[in-house]
Formats: sequence, structure tokens, C-alpha cells
Amino acid sequence: MGIDFASVKADQPLPELKLPPINRTTLALFAGASGDHNPIHIDIDFARKAGMDDVFAQGMLPMAYLGRLLTTWVSPQRLRGFSARFAGITHLGDELTCSGRIVEQIDHDGERNGERLGKFEIQVVNQSGEVKITGEALIAF
Amino acid sequence: MIDKALIGKTFPPYAVAAEKGRLRFFAKAIGETDPIFVDEVAARAAGYRSLPLPPTFLFTMEIDRPDPLAWFYEVGLDLPKVLHGEQSFTYYMQACAGDVLTFASRIVDVYDKKNGALDFIVKETRVTDQTGSHVADLRSVIVQRNR
Repeated sequence: MGIDFASVKADQPLPELKLPPINRTTLALFAGASGDHNPIHIDIDFARKAGMDDVFAQGMLPMAYLGRLLTTWVSPQRLRGFSARFAGITHLGDELTCSGRIVEQIDHDGERNGERLGKFEIQVVNQSGEVKITGEALIAF
Repeated sequence: MIDKALIGKTFPPYAVAAEKGRLRFFAKAIGETDPIFVDEVAARAAGYRSLPLPPTFLFTMEIDRPDPLAWFYEVGLDLPKVLHGEQSFTYYMQACAGDVLTFASRIVDVYDKKNGALDFIVKETRVTDQTGSHVADLRSVIVQRNR
């Protein structure tokens, strides 16, 4: 955990996180661990009855992967904000990549005890470049 | 159409403990291998009281209750038509294993788009710890497709 964000320039590439393909085990484990027991993510019979071709990932799974990306950049205690817009469904076989870039440095944020913050645009895309999440992170330098 | 009178509705606060075993299971499920999230010795060496919560784990704790979808029915959402549109976290303190966190939610907005084809309901949750300190705020935007 050691990026000196104070010296990071806009558009400078930051380390990415590439994930293995999503499989049924991924979804079953995440259902149990995350507490999202919605059967549409783990039971193909239920998913088909709901009009889907197959089960698909919980939205909070790719967001959790984005969280992993952020905590490779900084220790978790330096995270001040983290938001995601769920832009597309993550399917079985998707190979996700999490990435981001700094878009703004905020000096002396009055609401944050004068902390120096960096605002980052973050995203999750699959192997075809389809966007699954667009989001934002606020990190204390 | 979701009733706009729901804006301001509050839900009873709910307390839940951050458990080490559950945190390790969560780390395994997302492929997290950084030792601070699974090994208490490493977490302490990095300056944490115990295993720190990974960034989205507060959402898992928020839904760690007997019927996490009860509020959907209470506000008139129809589960098969519902999508999680957005989720955000604002952090004020780092929570760690052993903390007992209280989640207090309220509906902060209800609106529709595309002439009622899409309903939006926004829920905010204030998270405090066992000392009453403000740990974080969560914000969920739930979308209902009506046609």
C-alpha cells in the first residue's frame, strides 16, 4: 500500500486489478459471504423462471472488487468516500478489470478537518470493454 | 408509483457485530489476499485494532438481519422488478472486527422518470459504533421498472 498520491498527476495510469472469470462458485461463495441470498444469483431454475437465461452476479460483487482495487492503492482507513452506479449486469464468464484515475485534488476540505483529498474516477469493465460499474472514490492523502 | 409521502420515513435501528470469521469468509469470496484483512497479527502491525472492514462490508452488515428485504415490501416495491441502481459509502472512522455497529435507515427521496416507467427510492443509513461515534453513511438507490 504505497502510492504517493500527492505526486500523482491527472491521467497518470494507476495499477489495475484483473479478476479471473466469474463462475458459479464465485457467485455461491459471494452469496454466502455477502449475505445477498437472492436466488436469482445462485439458482438457475429460479433465474429462468424470472426470464433470465442464467444466473448472474450480485451487483455488490464487482463493487467489492473495486474496493479491493482501492485498498491496493491505499490502506482502508484513508478511504473517505466510495460510490458506484451499476451500469450493466455481470455475467458468468465475464473477466472483469477494475481501474481508475485521479480527476481532482481537493485542498483543505472544510468538512473534513482540512484534509487533502483526491477524487478518483473508477470503473469495472469486462473483457469486451462493457462497463459494469462507474464510480467515484475520495481518498485522504 | 411509489408514494412520495414515504420521504422521511425511518426504520427501527438495527445492531450487528463485525465478526472475524465472517470477515475472513468475505475476503475469501472476493479473492482478497492482503493479510490485514485475514490475519489479526498483520492487521495490528498495520495499526488496526483488529481486522479492518473492507470498503463494502458495511453493506453486508446492513443486510445481515432476518429479513433484509422486508423494507422493500413495506414501501411497496415489487421484488422481481427491482434493481440496485447505485450504492455509496461515506466513511468517518475505520470500523474493525469486534465493533458492534448500529444501522439507522430512512427514506430520503422518491421520484420517477420516463413518465412513471421507472420509480426511484433512495435510502440513507447512518452507522454508529458501540461508543455512539459516527462511523459511516450508506446510500442506496433502488430502481423499479414498471413496464
